[in-house]
Amino acid sequence: MTTTSDATVAVRPADGIHSHVPLTGGRLPRGSAWLVLAGGWAFAGVFFALLWAGGVTTTFSIVGTVFFGTVLFDIVLYVISRIVEGPRRALDRLVTSLVSTAFIIALLPLISLIWTVVVGGMARLDASFFTQSMRNVIGDGGGALHAIMGTLLITLAATIISVPIGLLTSIYLVEYGRGSLAKAITFLVDVMTGIPSIVAGLFTFALFALVLGPAARSGFMGAIALSVLMIPVVVRSSEEILRLVPAELREASYALGVPKWLTILRIVLPTSLAGIVTGVMLAIARVIGETAPLLLVTGFTFSMNYNLFNDRMMTLPVFVYTQYVQAAGVSAQASVDRAWTAALTLIVIMLVLNLAGRLIAKFFAPKRGL
Amino acid sequence: MSKSIDVTDLNVWYGDFLAVEGVSMHIEPRSVTAFIGPSGCGKSTFLRTLNRMHEVIPGARVGGQVLLDGDDLYGAGIDPVAVRRQVGMVFQRPNPFPTMSIRENVLAGVRLNNKRISKSDAEDLVERSLRGANLWNEVKDRLSKPGSGLSGGQQQRLCIARAIAVSPQVLLMDEPCSALDPISTYAIEELIAQLKTEYTIVIVTHNMQQASRVSEKTAFFNIAGTGKPGKLIEYGDTATLFTTPQEQATEDYVSGRFG
Repeated sequence: MTTTSDATVAVRPADGIHSHVPLTGGRLPRGSAWLVLAGGWAFAGVFFALLWAGGVTTTFSIVGTVFFGTVLFDIVLYVISRIVEGPRRALDRLVTSLVSTAFIIALLPLISLIWTVVVGGMARLDASFFTQSMRNVIGDGGGALHAIMGTLLITLAATIISVPIGLLTSIYLVEYGRGSLAKAITFLVDVMTGIPSIVAGLFTFALFALVLGPAARSGFMGAIALSVLMIPVVVRSSEEILRLVPAELREASYALGVPKWLTILRIVLPTSLAGIVTGVMLAIARVIGETAPLLLVTGFTFSMNYNLFNDRMMTLPVFVYTQYVQAAGVSAQASVDRAWTAALTLIVIMLVLNLAGRLIAKFFAPKRGL
Repeated sequence: MSKSIDVTDLNVWYGDFLAVEGVSMHIEPRSVTAFIGPSGCGKSTFLRTLNRMHEVIPGARVGGQVLLDGDDLYGAGIDPVAVRRQVGMVFQRPNPFPTMSIRENVLAGVRLNNKRISKSDAEDLVERSLRGANLWNEVKDRLSKPGSGLSGGQQQRLCIARAIAVSPQVLLMDEPCSALDPISTYAIEELIAQLKTEYTIVIVTHNMQQASRVSEKTAFFNIAGTGKPGKLIEYGDTATLFTTPQEQATEDYVSGRFG
């Protein structure tokens, strides 16, 4: 430092105060958050392994390891960051790690559930399970073909009933509905969304008992019960999607001299098709696992039945229920295995339907760019 | 194929609110008429009454008379859909149909009305309309690509092509250049100059230079205050209105003293 440079610096009076404020600060090395997370999991893992070895727990708890490891990670990362990087960055890291923790907590039961179902379902994941019914099966063997067919047929019938009704209702609400009638419909749909599924089953039972007597059971009755649950979901989801279609597109169509109904059919629906398909998939997901109403109105059977309008029909959720209930005696394990495999099948069917829905949505989505 | 418009004492309400009051004017066939005025003064509202598009907005209604070559648009038994087939419209923001290709967008007016059109006629119509909208050379190699992939100015010209493909008598334009850059604006102004040989054109604009460039007649709308109805203050030849306006408010507006 020479005297000349001191002189130039002295021109700015505030310089003496600010000259040593650094623009850099302490920083944890890149990837240290991941290291801490791994460390937290390892520490919790060792702890739970010791519990297991010491005979306190019967198995090694993976869920406990991940959960407590993540909580440990939150605390340790905050403390380290507070020491090295200062309070502002520490708070930033704390909030980030809390968000990640929430994500992990949300995923844990999901992964745990899928894992349990896959492990339980592997035992009977064989060809005979998907090619045989339970007719004349006592003890081992048998399959769930009748239940798979029943679930697919009943859900298909419920979808065929609900989608037109639900979609047309939402079109009415969005495009035509004005005043108190539209408000009343919206209110009723909201109420319907909250109907307990067993009530839908009882309603269908009562409805058909009026005509066919109390002994009536059929797949179609199940489809009606599921429709009662499905319609409000379809209405609400497609209503949201239809409202998202810009008014400009409708106006553009009207300005070309296109009538309203053709505008809805050719412009509004194609533009929102992807969203509608997603909504329908969600509605199917809502009803495909329903047990109570189906147990009530379609009953259960051990034989194949492809006829929706005649006689009892088995469905996968009811199959799981009956197999679990009848698990007793020497071949109890066979029943339990069948129940788990049926549960796995139900999840896979839903997965396949969702993938198909995604593909349809992607295929029909408005194309952007070149 | 071009018609005149006669408006007599037109009032427009939104519910109980009187938005436009007492407008009367005569619009010549094969001419460009510009509507200018501050925001909210009812230009667009008035424009939309010329093809009954205001009815799309719930609660909007009209009193008075609009004659299209002597036919009352608000007479008994008039079908708004038939009116809109004769009076086309281009909007402020380009709005090509996102699910359709460029070709399908141009043909939308024909196809959406479920009219049969042979393949060669369709190709012919697409080329004619796109040439009419000065867009053919830019898109002729990618007619089957989505219309939403074009630039804003191209999209707006695509919307014009779509509007003229149904051969309307009158073309209404609601601030067609307000979302566009100067070069696209220039392209559209050139286009308006060409189109006026065949169509009656009415254009709403906030750009007074644009009004003076493209139009033969100009109408100045103004509003007395918030909650008051918009009124037609002055209507006359564009050159006269911009140089020697009759009304003080018009002079203030065109000279940039307010607005």
